[in-house]
Amino acid sequence: MIDNKFVMDRRRLLLGAGAGALAGSLPVLMPRKAGAALRVEITQGNPQPMPIALPDFVAGSPAETEIARNVTSIITGNLQRSGLFAPINPAAYTEKITNSDTVPRFADWRVINAQALVTGRMTRQADGRLKAEFRLWDVFAGQQLDGKQYFTTPDNSRRIAHIISDAIYQTLTGEKGYFDSRIVFVDETGPKERRIKRLALMDQDGAGTRYLTRGDDLVLTPRFNPSTQEITYMSYGQSDPRVYLLNIETGQREIVGNFPGMTFAPRFSSDGQRVIMSLQQGANSNLFVMDLRSKQTTRLTDTPAIDTGPCYSPDGRYICFESDRGGSQQIYVMAATGGPAQRISFGEGNHSTPVWSPRGDFIAFTGQARGQFSIGVLKPDGSGERLLTSGFHNEGPTFAPNGRVLMFFREQGAGPSLYTIDITGRNELKVPTPSLASDPAWSPLLS
Amino acid sequence: MIEIGKILRGVRLAAVLATALAISACANQAADNAGAGGAGGAGSASTPGSQQDFVVNVGDRVFFETDQTELTALGRATLDKQAQWLTNYGQYSFTIEGHADERGTREYNIALGARRAQSTRDYLISRGIQAGRMKTISYGKERPVAVCNDISCWSQNRRAVTVLNAGS
Repeated sequence: MIDNKFVMDRRRLLLGAGAGALAGSLPVLMPRKAGAALRVEITQGNPQPMPIALPDFVAGSPAETEIARNVTSIITGNLQRSGLFAPINPAAYTEKITNSDTVPRFADWRVINAQALVTGRMTRQADGRLKAEFRLWDVFAGQQLDGKQYFTTPDNSRRIAHIISDAIYQTLTGEKGYFDSRIVFVDETGPKERRIKRLALMDQDGAGTRYLTRGDDLVLTPRFNPSTQEITYMSYGQSDPRVYLLNIETGQREIVGNFPGMTFAPRFSSDGQRVIMSLQQGANSNLFVMDLRSKQTTRLTDTPAIDTGPCYSPDGRYICFESDRGGSQQIYVMAATGGPAQRISFGEGNHSTPVWSPRGDFIAFTGQARGQFSIGVLKPDGSGERLLTSGFHNEGPTFAPNGRVLMFFREQGAGPSLYTIDITGRNELKVPTPSLASDPAWSPLLS
Repeated sequence: MIEIGKILRGVRLAAVLATALAISACANQAADNAGAGGAGGAGSASTPGSQQDFVVNVGDRVFFETDQTELTALGRATLDKQAQWLTNYGQYSFTIEGHADERGTREYNIALGARRAQSTRDYLISRGIQAGRMKTISYGKERPVAVCNDISCWSQNRRAVTVLNAGS
């Protein structure tokens, strides 16, 4: 990510291959006072959303008016949905920003109680590329907090908006953002007893859905490779159900391993070099891992039980999984090499679908007790269990790249939909999808 | 126990009726969950040895209690009849489909359905059916037959279905 915010001449390749955007810092228009900190406190208590003003980005020429407005709208939406910011109604703005290279009239923004102000500009370059610039201002201190410019192709304007959103989030919260990321999920159509399921991909805000499979085969539980170019999932194919790999860019897919039975519940290791999964063996299911380069498979558990839902810790040293070896579905942790496993879930009812936070501090799960299905978190040592949301059916949490937000699916009368909730339990929101949706998995940051 | 038995019998009757209707309505949709597609099964339910005979007169499915994989007394009785029929009509190979109700998580239900199929398979083997004639598959909670949100519905979905392979 960007760490030299105020170094003028530094430019670096920000995005991976294919995206082709260059980022650089803008000259600071006013000196920044040392120690001044406009901050949203997100780690404790009940944070008050920070009032922030986001006037439409200036269009370099009339042709960019719409794209400038769209970018502003995407940034506004991201910050609002985070629950940490309260974008102010543009109708209240008194200063019209016509040039993003001039210092705003801070008094005009103080009057409407904006604490932060974002100005920016979108300009088409002679070579056809788009230049996106933004500046983030501390209104009460009257100073610039951040300023950057990016060059990209016009079809990347949505990603630029997400990258700018992450830069604002990071400056104002002190933590990395999660907006420049995607969700792979299962799109569902048709009646419940004959549901058609397709793998689908979208931006984290629900925009830009595209489908990765056609719906001929039943597909379940897609998961991202940390490189974000590849997913692993379970498919019924035309014969026995198996774990597959799918390259998102090329569409190439292959079966993982050569196992003598059904494989399911796959997940990548943190370094993307291995896939861990369950293999059905008679009445039991055990955990196996396959090294994707050597194709070597290793058995990790050997119990007369259902061991499934495996997930690695972010440092790759541990595996959490669910097992009914003790009589009910509970969460266990063991070394990544296998061996003895420690039960960590002791709250009421069953605990399943564990997933480790990218920050390492929590494991999220699906809880089942008294006929209710909940999304909860606990610490990897088993302490601090908390339920974040409960109801008829909530299932399958997945962490945002910064570990602050969970996405999951909720079954209601019509079928499943996707929701997000902060790990504090606040700010529950529905994620828009074209039709019914389940089994979400959040990608790492794309840049 | 009497109550449960009554419910299960009712459920089973309903399932059989639904299956019979499905056959008459769309005889060529082999994807039907009951597995009674008309492709390989000549004749009506009254034709001994036909797929319809198996579904309607023997009963192609057994049901399980919540989160259980052991066969019930009623389930064993049904499988005894299946074993007798499969012994008489040795030309059929078949697939045992294990299913779970929707009140569980996806991955666990896949494993649970596999266990139910395995219980059914083991029982049929114990009644003299050759292992080589059968395979198992689990659909977890992905293919409910009954669609509603109450307990009587869920009980119909916790099942193992013996599907005769068309053309075998």
